[in-house]
Amino acid sequence: MEDKGFLSNAVKGVELNRRSFLKWNAALGGAAALATGGLTASQMALKAAAAGAETVVPTSCAHNCGGRCRILVHVQDGVIKRLTTDDRPDTLEDPQLRACQRGRSYRQRVYHTDRLKYPLKRVGKRGDGQYERISWDEAIATVAEAMQRIKDEYGPEAFINHYASGADGMQGAGTSSRLLNLFGGALNEYGSYSAACWEYMLPRVLGTFTTANSRDDWKNSKLIVMFGYNPMEMVGGTNTMYYLKQAKQAGAKVIVIDPRQSMTAVWADEWIPIHPGTDVALIAALAYVMISEGLHDQEFLDTYTSGFDDAHLPEGIPNGNSYKSYVMGDQDDQPKTPEWAEAITGVSRERIVRLARELALTKPAAIYQGWGGQRRAYGEQFVHAGITLAAMTGNIGISGGSAGTGGMTSRYLPTGSLGVPNPIKLAISTFTWTDAIVRGTEMGAADGVEGLADGQETLPYNIKFIYNNAGNALINQHGDINKTKEILADDSLVEFIVTHEQFMTPSAKFSDIILPATTWMETESMTTSWVMGDTVYYMNKVIEPLFECKPDFEICALIADQLGLGDQYRDGKETHEDWIREWTAGLKDVDPTFDFDTFKANGVHVVLYDKPAIGLSEFRADPEANALSTPSGKIEIFCQAKWAADDPVEIPAVASYIPEWEGPQSDLVAQYPLQIQGHHFHARSHSTYDNIEWLRESMPQRLFMNPVDADARGIEDGDKVRIFNDRGEVIIPVRVTKRIMPGVLDLPQGAWYDPDENGIDRAGCINVLTSHHPTPFAKGTSQHTNLVEVEKA
Amino acid sequence: MAKQLAFYYDQSVCTGCKACQVACKDDNDLSSGIIWRRVVEINGGDWIKQGATWGQNIFTYHLSLSCNHCEEGICLEVCPTGAMHKREDGVVLIDEDKCIGCRYCEWACPYEAPQYNDDKGKMSKCDFCYNYIDEGLPPACVAACPMRALDFGELSELQAKYGLVDNIYPMPDPSLTKPAIVITPHADAALAGAEGVSIGNVEEI
Repeated sequence: MEDKGFLSNAVKGVELNRRSFLKWNAALGGAAALATGGLTASQMALKAAAAGAETVVPTSCAHNCGGRCRILVHVQDGVIKRLTTDDRPDTLEDPQLRACQRGRSYRQRVYHTDRLKYPLKRVGKRGDGQYERISWDEAIATVAEAMQRIKDEYGPEAFINHYASGADGMQGAGTSSRLLNLFGGALNEYGSYSAACWEYMLPRVLGTFTTANSRDDWKNSKLIVMFGYNPMEMVGGTNTMYYLKQAKQAGAKVIVIDPRQSMTAVWADEWIPIHPGTDVALIAALAYVMISEGLHDQEFLDTYTSGFDDAHLPEGIPNGNSYKSYVMGDQDDQPKTPEWAEAITGVSRERIVRLARELALTKPAAIYQGWGGQRRAYGEQFVHAGITLAAMTGNIGISGGSAGTGGMTSRYLPTGSLGVPNPIKLAISTFTWTDAIVRGTEMGAADGVEGLADGQETLPYNIKFIYNNAGNALINQHGDINKTKEILADDSLVEFIVTHEQFMTPSAKFSDIILPATTWMETESMTTSWVMGDTVYYMNKVIEPLFECKPDFEICALIADQLGLGDQYRDGKETHEDWIREWTAGLKDVDPTFDFDTFKANGVHVVLYDKPAIGLSEFRADPEANALSTPSGKIEIFCQAKWAADDPVEIPAVASYIPEWEGPQSDLVAQYPLQIQGHHFHARSHSTYDNIEWLRESMPQRLFMNPVDADARGIEDGDKVRIFNDRGEVIIPVRVTKRIMPGVLDLPQGAWYDPDENGIDRAGCINVLTSHHPTPFAKGTSQHTNLVEVEKA
Repeated sequence: MAKQLAFYYDQSVCTGCKACQVACKDDNDLSSGIIWRRVVEINGGDWIKQGATWGQNIFTYHLSLSCNHCEEGICLEVCPTGAMHKREDGVVLIDEDKCIGCRYCEWACPYEAPQYNDDKGKMSKCDFCYNYIDEGLPPACVAACPMRALDFGELSELQAKYGLVDNIYPMPDPSLTKPAIVITPHADAALAGAEGVSIGNVEEI
């Protein structure tokens, strides 16, 4: 009985939070929502079904994870009783689209006691969280008046429709983008928080963003090497792990390279820990081994790429600037040997040599790079290095291979959106929006401003109006929360902020007007499978809007009415269904079996293809006829756009390792010796779902720390620890775990910032510790590049 | 009618995602603190300093476990009121009318499957979604699994198909209760009683 570990040793002594189910269910008030009378929900549902009272509404959970899954909502007397997932036949060709724990928990989100119920107007200082209830009429009029005043005073360039990814289709940021664009436009943003360096680099190196092979091809790979790719936890596409399972069962070996043994790495055949921000050095050493041993695919490089060696540099570029020159150390006298890389990456020289041989000799092999590796100081190099490695091994444009994989598949379904053209052409990189509040009128091309007219040096105005619709990137998801707070709290800078929300998020607290929005269960919308997948969903309305909540589209339409733009906004359509019918009209061209009424009734349509899509296969077949839209027409291992940036230190033209500004090689390491990153947590989709009790119980927010670092600081598993640097401070319990390498910490991103009276965050929001420093070329986020120290709180 | 229904669990493909756990909680309206199907994370191996680098042989696997509806459930023996009972198909159920909430079953069960429901003052545990079974439908957890790692069926048939493993660490010695479960083990899985492995997610289970 010693071995009753599961119970006596593990469960006992753990303080369980027994918050009552009734507490959140009581939000509904009505007797129908309460007391189950000793019967389980399923028993009740069956009873109800017997009485013919239960209906099942098909829809999809569409927040901004990589998945879009099928949800069947069981409703009785207008109340959601339970959720189930896809019940269509489950086949390998058309697998069920099963939801993860987040989608399955959605009942708690809809009926959460903290739902915003009425429009709110700020009454205290911005950021203090003091609000009073107002009527919809007053709220709409206030927003419309502010829009008119700020447009008159400054112009449309002073507006942004803030980055927000909490909803799509008939919901979320698309609804307010339409409103602002009809009203005269707004400052554009390019590059997402997710993938700014991919979005910037892929067109410049491969000429397209659609570079990936579809997942039904993955079973044709013999070897799959993932750099920081973690589809299990972030849910990189519904069923992506299921496709990987099939690849593994077909014989593929799966290797994950990641500082943390992610849940994908746990599941893979091998985990190779690596110091954060050093993948480019590892790849250079892999290249060194391949070149030294003659294992690289010279024929592929000669035919399809530009700038691998000096013989293939673009005209006018001096010798010594090729990738091979960099790897062999022609200019810096530092050959990028396994010994060199071992000291930087923490990967042993023996493993580097072996990995190089495995990758070069196993055909076909696929290299997948996650997006986390490019949300770092020199994210552009990470992207570029992965593509270079895929090219050196000749795995681009073939079945079982991969083009370096941050991109989308070319098999993208043509569906419509609420979008209308923006009359304003000026654009900033998304991540620089706080800069554009403080010093927009000083920001020009060097700061990443695009669309400047001839003779125009800078933006004409600082940002004065923010529309924040279904987003938490005002505070929670942007870098350096304490700095951002200071900027937003000053209402002489941004003069008006309006937010659509379901909860009082940290971002909502910085709004002047908060408008309570419905969840997707209270309105009609549609969504499509995201990076990976061939699915469209009709998101049927499940229940009537709760309290005074309104769908985002209706809210923006009411504001449009006030501004005299209502007819243009509604475009002659009376219902959400009218829009969705229009958006899906083109699907018949892709799939003749598509039928709108069946689509609506089933809530889902899967387009089935007879063969996989292979990224860049046409280029592979005929590189002359199907030249890439890059300056060389080829894969730019030497990137001419980077060369033109004329910054060889921070934007070298070939994929080069550059020590990060906050890393083990920086001076700051004496004060803050630990690297900290924030991975996509499986209990949240970014910050969405952070307040869901079932998910907090399933995967509570913890700092992940190696026992070596914990022991050195007298820290034990479960202790509350203080994580700090010059930007801020967090106190949170620690999980001491071997699943992360020494010297590295992980604080899952997305927890809702919750400062105590001393300004110390108690929720574990990593952005208290991150910075506003953009990457040099794409001006993307570098929020995973941080140094901190930790001590027992 | 089956003689002993059992769960099948393909641990080798499980990602530890907990869709099973939350699907179960939603289906059965379970408040926080009551988890009928738990997912345990187990870690082993160590970090070893090797010159400039850290070598490691760390491994991790998951174990998704509910009530095992044991052939010889101790819960059935210790229950003073007869509330804990076994159906003809082997499913172990609690009759709430008879349960007095004494928690003997919780104390006795080496898997701690029975859990006390504060709101009701009664014991609660996995009921194999018998209401679905009776309708010819799979249990909520089985229908939820994104990796198709869970299944169910007659114990003897599952054993014939998948083998006899029912004792992965940290499960107790199966001879105690004869659990009705068949597991395809993870490549790194240690057996019951093994040393050098430990539970990594104590606060989650």
